Amino acid sequence: MSQRLDRLGFAFVVILALAAIAVPVLSLATPANSAFNIPPYLVQLFGKYLCYAILAVALDLVWGYCGILSLGHGAFFALGGYAMGMYLMRQIGARGVYANPILPDFMVFLNWKALPVAWWGFNWFPYAMLMVVLVPGLLALAFGWFAFRSRVTGVYLSIITQAMTFALFKEFFRNDFGFGGNNGLTDFKDILGFSLQSASTKAALFSASAVALILAYWVAHAIVGSKYGKALIAVRDAESRMRFLGYRVENYKLFAFVVSAVMAGVAGALYVPQVGIINPSEFAPANSIEAAIWVAVGGRATLVGAAIGAIAVNFAKTWFTGAFPDYWLYGLGLLFVLVTLFLPRGLLGLALTAREKSPRVEAPAIAVEEGADP
Amino acid sequence: MPSAFRLASSFLTTPAWTAACAVLALFTCMTVSPAAHADALDDTLAKFLSDKFSQSEKAVGELAAEAPPQAAAILDALGDNRLMIDPADRLVAYKTGAGALLNARTGQPIPGANAAFKKVRVNNALRSAIEGAMGSLTLASPDPQKRIAAAEEVFRTRAAKALPALQAQLAKESDPRVADALKLARAAIAAVSDDASSQDRLAAIEALKARGGQNAQSLVDQIAQKTTDPRVRDAADSALSSIHARLAMWGAAQDLWYGLSASSVLLLAAIGLAITFGVMGVINMAHGEMAMLGAYATYVVQLLLPSWLQNWSLAFAIPLAFLVAATVGVAIERLVIRYLYMRPLETLLATWGVSLILQQTVRSLFGASNRLVGNPPFMSGAFHVGGLEITTNRLWIIVLAIAVFAALQIVLRATPFGLQMRAVTQNRRMAAAMGISTARLDMLAFGLGSGVAGIAGVALSQIDNVSPNLGQGYIIDSFMVVVFGGVGNLWGTAFGALTIGIANKILEPLIGAVQGQIVLLVVIILFIQRRPRGLFALKGRAVEA
Repeated sequence: MSQRLDRLGFAFVVILALAAIAVPVLSLATPANSAFNIPPYLVQLFGKYLCYAILAVALDLVWGYCGILSLGHGAFFALGGYAMGMYLMRQIGARGVYANPILPDFMVFLNWKALPVAWWGFNWFPYAMLMVVLVPGLLALAFGWFAFRSRVTGVYLSIITQAMTFALFKEFFRNDFGFGGNNGLTDFKDILGFSLQSASTKAALFSASAVALILAYWVAHAIVGSKYGKALIAVRDAESRMRFLGYRVENYKLFAFVVSAVMAGVAGALYVPQVGIINPSEFAPANSIEAAIWVAVGGRATLVGAAIGAIAVNFAKTWFTGAFPDYWLYGLGLLFVLVTLFLPRGLLGLALTAREKSPRVEAPAIAVEEGADP
Repeated sequence: MPSAFRLASSFLTTPAWTAACAVLALFTCMTVSPAAHADALDDTLAKFLSDKFSQSEKAVGELAAEAPPQAAAILDALGDNRLMIDPADRLVAYKTGAGALLNARTGQPIPGANAAFKKVRVNNALRSAIEGAMGSLTLASPDPQKRIAAAEEVFRTRAAKALPALQAQLAKESDPRVADALKLARAAIAAVSDDASSQDRLAAIEALKARGGQNAQSLVDQIAQKTTDPRVRDAADSALSSIHARLAMWGAAQDLWYGLSASSVLLLAAIGLAITFGVMGVINMAHGEMAMLGAYATYVVQLLLPSWLQNWSLAFAIPLAFLVAATVGVAIERLVIRYLYMRPLETLLATWGVSLILQQTVRSLFGASNRLVGNPPFMSGAFHVGGLEITTNRLWIIVLAIAVFAALQIVLRATPFGLQMRAVTQNRRMAAAMGISTARLDMLAFGLGSGVAGIAGVALSQIDNVSPNLGQGYIIDSFMVVVFGGVGNLWGTAFGALTIGIANKILEPLIGAVQGQIVLLVVIILFIQRRPRGLFALKGRAVEA
């Protein structure tokens, strides 16, 4: 299965690379009435899906391979998004409603006189990108260090990750926290001097998202395939045994958790310029749980499956909410129930086992969590 | 004259005119009885005839001091430019809304042509005199409640004009409660006056100290700033510190009460979760939706009950909410959760899916908007205990929380089902080996936990909006209670709920509601680093590492 998974992953990367080239070409070089033309809004939509896919790969790395069901990955995603949003906000400059060259509109509105320290340097793109990586990474480091060191596992860990994103959700809602309150950051004008409204910028952002997804997949795949990755899987399947064998279990978990958080942050940073807004609702616990179902639908511990799951579920969501807006929650709810009940290894797991001719019974991937007996 | 006429005619077109007429009609009914102070009243009314401001003001003062039954009607008419005089016939009268002219002395209509009558002029000084006189009229009212209300009004406005009437009433007051209110009002006037004697100020400080509260504090503060007398200043300082200490004490007690009330809601919401988590080791993300179902059950009961049973709606709602939520809970356990044992993380996701379905179902059935669930009479309103304000519905929710907690303790400690439940919580495999049907027990425990959540929903319907999202607001707090208190022991849940509820309300005034919650979340996250299995964790080999 593993070899086939690798081949599938390779095919996925190739398709993504082709898309990264083909979509901008089809969007920009073909006439608007051509059958091959991809209108900018679709480019943007697909770009958004790719960002979700990066988040799903990040989550799969910790959940599928390390057994940590984080219900707070939306927080890392949103933090990366806010870092990017702050850069974009500073780029508006004097073009805002209040035409203040330094202060974003909402600060002028709140009657603030000076830029808060947290916003310093965000007009400089490399610094903003550093923050996209650092802020989620450091939060994950601090949180994970506390959590893993004291052996918080299983549902307890899930619940406190959820509490973490809930706390941030509430904090970012406050106006005096200094990040735009419940309106968040929006009205972005341009990125690196290119207008966010132009079709070419949208195409470029799509390509950047595709490349980022390839990189995320490649990094995760490299980690999982390494000796370290084997130990990580062993931690997932028998944590106590690994500890008794002398492995520093918490370090293994922490590394994966931080890498995953950074990936999520990058996904958020690419997401914000494409949707044009970032607000506290991105921290909502429901968003993080939804990300978990993308991974479950695609198939845990497959990486490719997680990405495919994210794209498929979000595609379904777009179509569903357009066609039957009242029934989407039924659909999503049923998806949660049915996938966990009948597709424990996700669509990809189903496809891979179906193609295996011999009815060889494989040990369920993560059927038994260590010490799950309550 | 023309200007007065214009004023009057513009007044006639205002809506206040009709209101004034209604008041007047009322007074007219009251004033048909013959006057007691016949001669004095004649003298007083005669003063209006000269139509001089100084004379009119004297008349107003006398009306207030003697308080004949017609006084209110006359003063009201004067204030509204409706008081008329006929100097030739020495008649004083007032006009009603309908234009009829009534004799001010007797209240009888005056027939015939009224061309001889002209208006009594009013200026601003006179108007404020009228206002003061009206206030003192109520101070002398025969109803003690009205006297107290009038004294409270003076305490609030600190109108020095009311002082003579206040003193007069205080001298003859027999009701001690009214006397206290009058003394307070006098103290307030003395406090804001610049030229009160030290004696008056000391008396004022004494009265204000006995009263306590924010208002008294600021009044004593004013005295302290105005006085130069060291004795008064010392008295003011000691009164201030005493008032301050009492305010702080009542403030703390009020915070404690709010905290208790929040804790009771948390306990109701979390205790069912603690049962299912303790017995089965699974987190039920649809737990909040069970409470939501309970709240809608209350709504349906209110809708269906005939009006003569409405006061007893909760007696029907509580069992129904329990049954509905428990049935749904058992169905979830049978259809979903039992297939997911040993996979607690997936149970979490699956129950989240169930919660989405339940929310959407309720939204389709009842609509997305808030439903109004009324408080039965015995649960509405509030009462005061000292400086504490206690809302009745919160009090009953605390009672309900204690009752549910006690009932669950009895079930757990005194029934075979409870014994089996505790056994499975402590060591599932050993319990199964001893012949306990763990599958059946799981089903029942899940039903019980969900049913209790349904009862929590009844309580929530009394204090919160009943909407499909009701459960979402409580789920994370409930988790925190369970995580903090630990599973396997309901006392842990109670302790967790109390700690979190009270800490929340103590932090709220200090750093704000949202900040308080965030601090609490961070503290809990840090806390479970130390005690990963909660405060009251089960100990022993059976429990996973």
